[in-house]
Amino acid sequence: MSLWNKHQIFEKNSLILVIGVLIVISIGGLVEILPLYYLKSTIEKVEGMRPYSPLELAGRDIYVREGCYNCHSQMIRSLRDEVERYGHYSLAAESMYDKPFQWGSKRNGPDLARVGGKYSDAWHKDHLDNPRAMVPGSIMPAYPWLAKTALDYREIRSSMKVMALQGVPYTPEMIENAEKDLVAQASAESADVEAVLQRYPKAQARKFSGANGPVNEADALIAYLQMLGTLVDFKMYDGKANLR
Amino acid sequence: MTSAHKEHIDPHTGTSTTGHEWDGIRELNTPLPKWWLYMFYATIVWALGYFVVYPSWPLISSHTPGLLGWSSRGAVTQELAALQHKRAPMVSALSQASLPEIVKDDKLRGFAVAQGRAAFGDNCAPCHGAGGGGAVGYPNLNDDEWIWGGTLDDIHQTIAFGIRSTHEKTRVGMMPAFGQTGMLKASEINMLADHVRALAGLSTEKSYDRAAGEKLFGEQCAACHGDAAKGNQEIGAPNLTDKIWLFGADRAAIAEGIHRGRGSMMPAWNERLDDTTIKALTVYVHSLGGGK
Repeated sequence: MSLWNKHQIFEKNSLILVIGVLIVISIGGLVEILPLYYLKSTIEKVEGMRPYSPLELAGRDIYVREGCYNCHSQMIRSLRDEVERYGHYSLAAESMYDKPFQWGSKRNGPDLARVGGKYSDAWHKDHLDNPRAMVPGSIMPAYPWLAKTALDYREIRSSMKVMALQGVPYTPEMIENAEKDLVAQASAESADVEAVLQRYPKAQARKFSGANGPVNEADALIAYLQMLGTLVDFKMYDGKANLR
Repeated sequence: MTSAHKEHIDPHTGTSTTGHEWDGIRELNTPLPKWWLYMFYATIVWALGYFVVYPSWPLISSHTPGLLGWSSRGAVTQELAALQHKRAPMVSALSQASLPEIVKDDKLRGFAVAQGRAAFGDNCAPCHGAGGGGAVGYPNLNDDEWIWGGTLDDIHQTIAFGIRSTHEKTRVGMMPAFGQTGMLKASEINMLADHVRALAGLSTEKSYDRAAGEKLFGEQCAACHGDAAKGNQEIGAPNLTDKIWLFGADRAAIAEGIHRGRGSMMPAWNERLDDTTIKALTVYVHSLGGGK
């Protein structure tokens, strides 16, 4: 009964019990979480991933603000039916610049990991204004104010700096040109589009919402949606090297 | 309770007690049921076996792969290969046959329509509607009016390369923004809107002057929509004489189209779907009722 007697110290002192529980949980955490930070195989090496452009980042902030992640996942699981419907399963590298990640855990709506380019800008605009006008059975709420609300991007540099602090490779040049890049990407005719594409390859530049006037929230959100899943070229991707 | 309590056997049950005692009442130390205890041990043994056959422990630069060499990505790759193998006979028949051959062959057509319907539901229905009925700005695919042509080849090209898409082989054609660019005055736009309604046999405003409308139409619109306003599928200029309206038939909708221009975009699907799926979609859309 010696073990029994030693256990008394935990049962009779709540503080020691708490410390003991913390130690046991930490061991679980160390074994399950810590290796993900140092194992090289956690995030596969892929071509094409880049940080979000300022307009896309602003759109992602609206995505988070409106709680899109509550109903839409951005995670195509490695299951046959998911790959058949949505395309190549999601790679860890594809969300390495998402802080926080938008994998989500509910699918009241479809997965959005590869929605970029699947529908037209006009469709996204019409669908955000009134989902029922496009998909009669939809239960998605309408977001008609997005295209009518000018995008507030006064804090875009701060957002990018915070991302950089978390390891997203924004260069000082990118942060320096944030506002200019944001406005340029939301209008196809701007002379600064070239510079945006230089800094953010594969970025798409146009007036996404089709609405006149300054950059609005729908421009940013649609720019974000239209780039989702478009950065990695899976024709060039070697899946065999990253089996796990 | 003392730390060195003496073994005490409860006289009624014959099991030992824990040594706790309150007012002469002792707590029984009933042993765990044997079946439960052995199941618990069995789960520990199971976990040890799991460590050996499945990937489990993190190492310095990778992890233990397990004797089975299983991985979720490897598993889905195998499942997809098995599916491909299962579909192979019909898929290769589809990919080898020309579109007219598929339509003539009952078995091939049945397979193509079934596959096409499934692909349509996920990829096309959000814009064109679950049954291809369309929406304002998104053409109805059930009728026999086609903006870019309704033959098998036309439909195939439209699906594969899109309309005003980013693909280099995309279909292009743009209705100019006559109002925004200042090419026409508001009064002229209103007159043209009336004229277009008259062409389709719809009512017009009292102020409408047929001769003036015809003259202006001839100058500004006939180049694309044709002298008889029957449209031109080469450049996606719709027939204006029928009663099918993509953006609505009311005067305001027509005037808006002339003022702002129109140019809906359809993505190029060959960047997302494979060739046989696009063929199947072509046959499905062609079969909806309006195929030429």
